[in-house]
Amino acid sequence: MIAVLKHELSGYFHSLTAYIFSAFLLAFVGIGALIYNIQSAVANFEYVLGYVCLGFAVIIPILTMRVIAEERKQKTDQLLYSLPIRTSQIVMGKYFALLTVYLVPLCIVAVYPIIFAQFGEVYLPTSYGSLFAFFMMGAAMIAAGTFISSLTENQGFAAGIAVPVILLNYYSVTLAEYVSATASGSAAALIVTAVLLGFVIRHLTKNQNLAYGVSILIMLAVVIIYLADSSRFEGLLPDIMTKLSLFERFYTFVNGVFDLTAIIYYITVIIFFLFLSVQSLEKRRYN
Amino acid sequence: MITVEHLTKCYGDFTAVSNLSFEIDEGQVYGFLGPNGAGKSTTMNIMTGCLSATEGCVWINGHDIFEEPEQAKRAIGYLPEQPPLYMNETPAEYLKFVGEAKGLRGRELQRQIEEVLRQAKIGHVKDRLISALSKGYRQRVGIAQALLGNPEVIILDEPTVGLDPIQIIEIRDLIRQLGETHTVILSSHILSEVQAICEKVLIISQGKLVAFDRPENLEKLLLASNGISFTAEASEEEIGEVLGSISHIAEWEIQVQEDGGTKVFARTESENVKDICRELFFAFADRKKAILEISSRKANLEDVFIELTEGESGVTEE
Repeated sequence: MIAVLKHELSGYFHSLTAYIFSAFLLAFVGIGALIYNIQSAVANFEYVLGYVCLGFAVIIPILTMRVIAEERKQKTDQLLYSLPIRTSQIVMGKYFALLTVYLVPLCIVAVYPIIFAQFGEVYLPTSYGSLFAFFMMGAAMIAAGTFISSLTENQGFAAGIAVPVILLNYYSVTLAEYVSATASGSAAALIVTAVLLGFVIRHLTKNQNLAYGVSILIMLAVVIIYLADSSRFEGLLPDIMTKLSLFERFYTFVNGVFDLTAIIYYITVIIFFLFLSVQSLEKRRYN
Repeated sequence: MITVEHLTKCYGDFTAVSNLSFEIDEGQVYGFLGPNGAGKSTTMNIMTGCLSATEGCVWINGHDIFEEPEQAKRAIGYLPEQPPLYMNETPAEYLKFVGEAKGLRGRELQRQIEEVLRQAKIGHVKDRLISALSKGYRQRVGIAQALLGNPEVIILDEPTVGLDPIQIIEIRDLIRQLGETHTVILSSHILSEVQAICEKVLIISQGKLVAFDRPENLEKLLLASNGISFTAEASEEEIGEVLGSISHIAEWEIQVQEDGGTKVFARTESENVKDICRELFFAFADRKKAILEISSRKANLEDVFIELTEGESGVTEE
């Protein structure tokens, strides 16, 4: 793992990736700080982070698009497979390298609240709590980006998928207000999800019986629960959409609450996508 | 050293390798021969753990490649068909990464990198970007990578494809040197190459092993095609008379050439082609007819190869 980590890091700092990513992140935070802290003379640095976080839709794909896709394109994945290291170590090495690149500009950002504190009252615990949550949220998105990169050998495609995925996640709370909140609407949405899941499983495993089995099982469960007690589905869909939003949980920190469940949620998302990345790499050995 | 048992690999409906079994002993150079799409790369990929098998198992030094991949992979250095190189790195950086991934550290890593740079003769380009190197040098960097960690077995997938003749000779020399200290398995569809460097040949066609022996033994399989070809300044009838008078010559083909010579290819069952050549020489000398050119032609690996891979519809669909 250490070997992969060192190799990836030297790759990022030898190429433009790390610098472009840092430049974008610092520019976004800098503009935010200019508008909120300096122009409007607001002492709350966390508002800047809340304002800046949409920028993730641009900078995360820049960082993650090549991480696994490039290996596949250059056929260097064959080298990784033939080396005496486990696939999980490869993915972990790559992921921690991305986190390191992400941490570098954040260390610079971490100085801002202290600077602002020289000129007025800054409540530092909220600033740093938000900064930590900002890091965790980015880390979760980097894990998702890593997985997306493992699905293709085309960097552009990986970035092209990652951007709408992050945007969709960002707007899911807004969208949740417009989707049907009735029990039948939620049940219908769940059935559509079950069908889509079936297609995904069939595509990934090439096993029709498994795909149909899982799909039909979920549909049956939805129908049975719906018939038994339809009130359970009341408002379920908008609820799920809000719960899945990484950004919504971040705003809790911006509002001054250190929410441990959110941190656990971010860690779960990270583990989930890293696990999927490992499976995606392993799967290529089997087709 | 390496045992492959009942290996089968299917891609959907297409069977790339079917029930392949063989054993590889220590300290020899093995050639993996087969037409394009015969399953050579697939087999090598499975042996090195890059690909899973549908059925069967591979044992490397007693370690199952699927159950104990780390121990098994430590014993193998692999160069895939397309060298897996990071184009924006120098050979020195690249080898450092591969060495560390193979578990080498500190002074030992440095020593081994210097050793493989020397063996692959790429010391003078070690600080140039790989993207700026020629194909032959990239191939050498790939071989150097396979040598790191001092594995017992080195597996090279078509190591000379796409190289110019001088580079091919250099790579072959390198492989021959490696064969002195390692077990080397190389795949190729070029027969002369395998004949030149391999001590044992596996011929594979349509995913099945069709022959596994020393090149000279394989040639003996086809004794019946021993033949003599010669060009003589004589008419067809005269040649017919001479050949008819010599026993052991069963059939012949005659081809009259424009410059007055007549080209003949005669087949014989006799193993002693030299005696027949002598008889022919004196028979023509008695008639005062000159032989301009004479050569005996023994069955070579090419004939064996064509014989073994033909009849099974020859080329696969791929």
